Amino acid sequence: MSIIVDKVSVRYGARAALSEVSARFSVGAVTGIVGPNGAGKTTLLRAVLGLQPLDGGLIRILNKPLEDWPREDLARAAAYLPQGGEAKWPMLADEVVMLGRLPHRARFASPSAVDWGAVRDALERCDAARFARRRMDELSAGERARVLFARALATAAPILLADEPAAFLDPAHQIRLMELLREEARRGGTVAVTLHDLPLAARHCDEIVVLHEGRTAAEGEPAQALSDEALANVFGVAALRVRDPQGGPEIVAAFRRI
Amino acid sequence: MDDTVSLLRITSAGDRRRAGVTLALSALALAFAGWSFLLGPSELSPAALFSGLLDGHGEAGVIAQQIRFPRAALALVIGAALGGSGAALQGLFCNPLASPDVTGVTSTAGLGAVLALYFGLAGVSALALPGFAIMGALAAACILYLLSRRGAGAVALILAGVAIASFATALIALALSFAANPYAMSEMVLWMMGSLKDRTLNDLAFALPLTLAGLALLLSAARGLDALTLGEDAARSLGVDVSQVRGRVIVGVALATGAATAAAGSIGFVGLVVPHLLRPFCGHRPARLILPSALGGAALVSAADVAVRLIAPDGQLLLGVVTAMLGAPFFLWLILRMKGER
Repeated sequence: MSIIVDKVSVRYGARAALSEVSARFSVGAVTGIVGPNGAGKTTLLRAVLGLQPLDGGLIRILNKPLEDWPREDLARAAAYLPQGGEAKWPMLADEVVMLGRLPHRARFASPSAVDWGAVRDALERCDAARFARRRMDELSAGERARVLFARALATAAPILLADEPAAFLDPAHQIRLMELLREEARRGGTVAVTLHDLPLAARHCDEIVVLHEGRTAAEGEPAQALSDEALANVFGVAALRVRDPQGGPEIVAAFRRI
Repeated sequence: MDDTVSLLRITSAGDRRRAGVTLALSALALAFAGWSFLLGPSELSPAALFSGLLDGHGEAGVIAQQIRFPRAALALVIGAALGGSGAALQGLFCNPLASPDVTGVTSTAGLGAVLALYFGLAGVSALALPGFAIMGALAAACILYLLSRRGAGAVALILAGVAIASFATALIALALSFAANPYAMSEMVLWMMGSLKDRTLNDLAFALPLTLAGLALLLSAARGLDALTLGEDAARSLGVDVSQVRGRVIVGVALATGAATAAAGSIGFVGLVVPHLLRPFCGHRPARLILPSALGGAALVSAADVAVRLIAPDGQLLLGVVTAMLGAPFFLWLILRMKGER
């Protein structure tokens, strides 16, 4: 279930947020979207979900144009975790996660055993089952972020789009998060995630799209997309490249402004 | 799997508790309505009143059917309208301070009704009064909706409510000072204070269906309100048509609050207080609060209407005065507590 973004443009008034951006999020892969603040990362995710009207270009989800997707079908096909999301009322954590099951539930129907199974599974995968019955306002920011991520997982959608899911998480849970995204991709999912953390992106993503001022600056495998040249041009930083002696892709870390 | 089963068990216990709360609130509302029915200046026995209510014969029949029953039933209807509206508005704006009165919806509904009285339209058509009140409520609700779309926060919304309410009150005062005769003026004043005195079956005949329609709209938006707790983008990504949810709540609140205000004047703070009283028992999910809040509102207004007559049997104490005297300090306490949290 791949997603194809074809020359998509989005304008906010006079300012171009995205200018003819093309990208492809493949089935079975985790695609990282990186770029400086204001590069258009969030706009790109919102455009893919139909939350942002386009000023040009085309988005295809599973070979079907975005506008041909009925809202309910798209809700079951694609789960979205907005940036810095919060539950506005201090609901119980598992009630929040259950909201992820809304697309699967008939109006006024109580949650089924399948729904509760999905909620329990999502909470456990996010290491949040311990506080399933706690109120959101009793949890730390990182714990709340894990509950909200579990909410997105609970939809069990083949497409998962997450905007800055690693913010607020401690290092161990950041790595756990990336492993979860990997797991989703391995199960045949299409995963796209915006990240500010370059080492995390380089190490755990299969593909990287680098956005800069609303344009695609580089794309491809991490080592290729996060080249010294791209990092210098886009972020204005020099990178340190390290290999984990236990194997795996190169780790790229910004260490100096240039 | 065991965990899932135990989670199911816990949750069904939560459902049972909520069902228990709902039942208890219904019983409470009916008990106060019954008490209200038995309360009045004429010394009639309960047996005479109940048989009068059923057969309509004689003095007891007239009193039971024309005076006591409309008053008791209207208290339930109005309370349900205000309680349900408060819960839905708090859910829609994700704002614990929202309610029909605090946001100025009740005031503009009152303005609409006063205009209908002032121009003598209320005498022309029985639907003019509720019609104008609903239009007034709709106007305020739409302004609030536009503000919230532009990202107004909790405090901005309340300030907007203050502005809307002051404007409506000023126009009402204007209408009063130009009132054609002292009788019309005293009628408008009494009505503004909020009272269930001297209501007839005609009032019930428009208030009941309009309130039921409004509450049905609110309940149909419940699921969307739950999703909106995650923010607008997340709600839309969950397949919720957010503008439809907003529209349903706005129109539902306008129907229910407009009808209630047309029938009884402005009865403040019920919509604000009731959802807060119920959250410890029903949880914080907006969808789970609408029905209990409607029942709780019905119980609260019925209880207040009984209290009004127990305290001052001569009918000099007005219902709206009592709810405001209890509700306003509660509102202050809420604001103080909010400050402590943030």
